[in-house]
Amino acid sequence: MKKRLILLVTLTLLITSVLSGCGESKPSINVYNWGEYINTDVLEIFEEETGIRVIYDTYATNEDLYVKMKQGGSSYDVVFPSDYMIERMISEDLLSEIDLNNIPMIKGVDERFLNLDYDLKNLYSVPYMWGTVGIIYNTSMIDRELTSWADLWDEEFAGEIIMLNSQRDTLAVALKKLHYSMNTRSIEELEEARDELIKQKPIVYAYLGDEVKDVMIGGEASIAVVWSGDAAAMIEEDSDLKYVIPEEGTNLWFDAMVVPKNAENKEAAEQFINFMTRPDIAAMNAEYIGYSSPIPEAIELLPEEVQNSEVAYPSNEKLENTEIFMDPKDIIGEYDRIWTEITSAQ
Amino acid sequence: MVNKNLKRFYAILVFIFLYAPIIVLIIYSFNDSKLRGSWNGFTLKWYYELFKNKEALRALYYTLIIALSSSIISTVLGTFAAIGIHGMRGLNKKVILNLNYLPVLNPDIVTAVALMALFRLAHINFGLFSLLLAHITFSVPYVILSILPKLKQMNVYLAEAAMDLGATPFYSLRKIIIPQILPGIITGALLAFTLSIDDFVISFFTTGHGISNLSIYIYSMARKGINPIINALSTLMFIFMIVLLLIINYRSEKTEKLIEERR
Repeated sequence: MKKRLILLVTLTLLITSVLSGCGESKPSINVYNWGEYINTDVLEIFEEETGIRVIYDTYATNEDLYVKMKQGGSSYDVVFPSDYMIERMISEDLLSEIDLNNIPMIKGVDERFLNLDYDLKNLYSVPYMWGTVGIIYNTSMIDRELTSWADLWDEEFAGEIIMLNSQRDTLAVALKKLHYSMNTRSIEELEEARDELIKQKPIVYAYLGDEVKDVMIGGEASIAVVWSGDAAAMIEEDSDLKYVIPEEGTNLWFDAMVVPKNAENKEAAEQFINFMTRPDIAAMNAEYIGYSSPIPEAIELLPEEVQNSEVAYPSNEKLENTEIFMDPKDIIGEYDRIWTEITSAQ
Repeated sequence: MVNKNLKRFYAILVFIFLYAPIIVLIIYSFNDSKLRGSWNGFTLKWYYELFKNKEALRALYYTLIIALSSSIISTVLGTFAAIGIHGMRGLNKKVILNLNYLPVLNPDIVTAVALMALFRLAHINFGLFSLLLAHITFSVPYVILSILPKLKQMNVYLAEAAMDLGATPFYSLRKIIIPQILPGIITGALLAFTLSIDDFVISFFTTGHGISNLSIYIYSMARKGINPIINALSTLMFIFMIVLLLIINYRSEKTEKLIEERR
């Protein structure tokens, strides 16, 4: 018994000493990114090149990230929010301005993706990945070409359609079908979109999130609204699938790198952002993740078939009608109400 | 006869219900595809990639560190608390017992947000230490609850008899009380261990940069799809738990036999 007690005590002491005794000799930065959203090999390359240790964590949604940044008590040096969240963070003064002199690689970023609505003068963010929302369909099950959001309301496809279980994205589909802006601030337009979605509900197979990939590959349904990155992953598995950007226009989304106001090591954070924007590193990430890189030189380093893919790198004219999500700010409650009315409708 | 078959059938049904998800997960850990919908052939690549993936291994490491240390510390705290509560009488005992029930009944999210607010107020940095404190906090009541019944079963006069015969209080605690409530202590420790591995909500709100346990790590994959290395990792953990259970059962059988022989 005594021996065991001693063993127990030493074990506890050992563990707690491991807990507290992490050496802080090397400089380090805290990076907080989406799960599965980086090729982790690049972190090792960064450590080797700069001697700065990367402490890496992951999150699942923009809202999780927002909670963590508001919570305080622990600070991050580089985080990767999406467009509308960057806008909200800027307006709540959560971000610190980036000194672009420290990020020479930004000149490699396609001009189309700089100075966008969420960060008009590009003071706070450097784009990391981008993509679109579109329709994927199984050409072996659907005989005609789908070209527009309105096709999703066609009775012919009853029971074959999967919509996204995501408030903004799904409302955007209906708003775009009605040729309204997806950032509309008019309650009537939103309610019209709501009625469209409720009208569509009887022919919808399901509202899904990430599981949509399995359902489409399994052939359970033949049409789905998806993000371009997921579409690329699905087409890789099943070449019968085809991705289209509907003609009414769609959502263009961005995830960008920003530095929070309470970052402890801003200089190293900028070094990291510059590193991530370097073409060879950006190419490694784009290849691993399958989403689209905003850096032309990086795209050139990707395999031929990815470069020419209409899914990841659509031509300019396809992107003409696209919109970027804006933060709904004061009417966010209306969005929630309307979304609840859609999901609870019979 | 029919009745017996019916019983057996029912038992099998229950076990299928319990184990089917785990079996599917184990099968898919050998599937040569990133997606769950299709079977593309047998592969060991997810196991290989698991051991290459630093992030996953680090999450596993923190999960185990936190589970081990929080279960040991909360077991020690809980054991003494249980002995103390057992010795109390009257209203005091009732009040303390009910105070102990409250955290068990409280929804996790309330505990999580409360702990987060407390740590901020106390200027404790969010990280391994705050995570450990949180896990100890929610484990202790469970340990106390699993030890108290054992104390009730114990013969109260044994410890007193030992002290009459010259044992110091601490000696009688070690030699008389603890051995008798040991099954309760072990149950409590195991419970604390699994609770700590299970927990997502409280961990999410009380951890800081650099420290993610497995549940946080897996949850964060939600947008891009769960990487199949998680299937491989879960399979390994499941096998580890089975082996552990077998060893514990084998050993307790051996000691039972020894006791019988002595009689």
